[in-house]
Amino acid sequence: MTAPPGTRLLLDGTGADHAAHLARYGALPRPGLADLLAAVHHSGLTGRGGAGFPTETKMRAVAAGSRRPVIVGNGLEGEPLSAKDAVLLGRNPHLVLDGLELLARALRARRTVLAVPADADTSAVGSVGRARGVSVVPLAGGFVAGQESALVHQLEGGPPTPQDPFTRVTESGVDGRPTLVLNVETLAQLALVARYGAAWFRGIGSADDPGTSLFTISGSVRHPGVVEAERGSILRDVLAPAEPMEASAVLVGGYHGAWVPASGLGVRLTARDLAAYGVSVGAGVLHVLDVRACPVEFAAEVADYLASESTRQCGPCLNGLPRMATDLRRLAAGVRDNALPGSIRRMSRLVTGRGACAHPDGSARFVASTLDVFRGHVAAHLEGWCPSAQRRAAS
Amino acid sequence: MNGAGLNEALWALGRGTGVVALVMFTVAMVLGIASRSGRPLPGLGRFGVSDLHRTASLTGVGLVAVHLTSLLFDPFAQLRLVDLVLPFLASYRPFWLGLGTLAVDTLAVVAVVSLLRVRVGPRVFRAVHWATYALWPVALTHALGSGTDRGTLWLRAVAAGCVLAVVVAVGWRLTPSYAERGWSRHPRRTA
Amino acid sequence: MPVRAAEGCLVTTRLHIDWTRCDGHGSCAELLPELLTVDDFGFPLTRFADRDPVVPPRDEDAARHAVRSCPVMALRLYDAS
Repeated sequence: MTAPPGTRLLLDGTGADHAAHLARYGALPRPGLADLLAAVHHSGLTGRGGAGFPTETKMRAVAAGSRRPVIVGNGLEGEPLSAKDAVLLGRNPHLVLDGLELLARALRARRTVLAVPADADTSAVGSVGRARGVSVVPLAGGFVAGQESALVHQLEGGPPTPQDPFTRVTESGVDGRPTLVLNVETLAQLALVARYGAAWFRGIGSADDPGTSLFTISGSVRHPGVVEAERGSILRDVLAPAEPMEASAVLVGGYHGAWVPASGLGVRLTARDLAAYGVSVGAGVLHVLDVRACPVEFAAEVADYLASESTRQCGPCLNGLPRMATDLRRLAAGVRDNALPGSIRRMSRLVTGRGACAHPDGSARFVASTLDVFRGHVAAHLEGWCPSAQRRAAS
Repeated sequence: MNGAGLNEALWALGRGTGVVALVMFTVAMVLGIASRSGRPLPGLGRFGVSDLHRTASLTGVGLVAVHLTSLLFDPFAQLRLVDLVLPFLASYRPFWLGLGTLAVDTLAVVAVVSLLRVRVGPRVFRAVHWATYALWPVALTHALGSGTDRGTLWLRAVAAGCVLAVVVAVGWRLTPSYAERGWSRHPRRTA
Repeated sequence: MPVRAAEGCLVTTRLHIDWTRCDGHGSCAELLPELLTVDDFGFPLTRFADRDPVVPPRDEDAARHAVRSCPVMALRLYDAS
């Protein structure tokens, strides 16, 4: 089967029209588990939901269970800066459903679910999903709600709170069954790999991070929105169509990501290259910060938001995140306390790794990155002035 | 020892173990509240408070077992096995004894659930453990009304001491600062 | 630090904290001072940045005591070999 040309296979979907979908992409193959695993293995597909976990590993873990599994498509997209999942579900629901169907068949799933945000208009996806035998379930949103175990907990009727990771959802999730939770974009990519093969997938993108990805571009750009680009593209090139204005830095990976300064926009969007900035591609969020916007002010607002989104189960997160936010607020407000950066860093180290989910870790990463990349700006604040405020006054 | 002597011994054992069990459960209540507070006691630390709470509780259970056994064998008490489970059916002072039955039944559930707490999980364990707040006053009332020591000064003094200890502990339990365990922090969302 | 059991295989025991249960009671840090201390808010802090710290054989008894002692059953020991 040959793929349609171009790199907009995810975005140029046919909406609700199934017949048109099959005409464009071809019939959906029906591989057995071994063949599907082999294809995913050779494709090197990794999760597109933020964690970037190798999809094959998750599939194998679920296949190893003794009970028939549950397959869950994760469309919850709790990150406020991200819109790719919503766009994908609107433009190309059938490709996502293809991914679910492939897995359900190969793994002999007991149940197949597509989780969507309750506050979004999901009527279109709902009817399309139901027609294809997938249970489309609207769930409560929130930053942490899309976390695997929190999602499973909601499906079980509980609140969107992450569970102790000692028991992985791939071992015991919905109804105590092995549960495979994959981001909707990962499912769509899987559907492409199954049709056109691993070699095709590897033909795009970079060697260590193949395929395409959806990126949500926001912030100081003329044309914000969702684009599709090859993995391993240069950051500057991916941003170009959005026409960024004068940027001081780009936040890669959303509120749990890290900053790439303007001088580093030539970086390739691969795990290896971005590691230098302490971040990975994540869920493809690219937020451009204008030179006239104060990064410390921005970080303080984000830190406040992240603190409020804690599910309040774990002591270090519940207590540590507000402390970081308060200190950042003081720094942003121009409080000339030289101990502030040190105390923020200390708190960021204190919360890392001490919770049931990665919320404190991600928040700590973002805050630490702000202090690192904007070192000069922070120093200015401690001396009593703000470089961005000066820029605004000058323009 | 002749029959009458044996009966008196059993009766004495029954009363003795009953009173000491009451004191044990009082100690267990106070230590339980101290343990939940998360504050250390001098020389014991926090883990020592938990350990002692457990020891006092189990000792109390053991004493109650001896209390029941000796009374079952003592003809004066006229206690039958059914009285251990169903309350208010006894011949001798049915009301006061019935309270004892209720206390024993509750104690059995609390003890079993506590010993199996890893199996039942923290929510069930905590819910059942709340029953101890009902268990203690029922046990105290049973102690005051049953047996031939009722009305004696020494029993009333012991009971008064127990009541004082529990009232102070529960009073502390109800103060707002109790919950933070002595730290300045936000309250967690618990399951 | 792993220890060789009789059969010659390595056994590494780790202590896992269930953060959704932990309420910062503090018994564990008292019983395992070499592994755990307490943070600004009263919650256990591993000394060596391990998420699930390794329990050396000499501390295993104390670790078991800590697991029993935790009032909310937030601790467990497991074989991480």
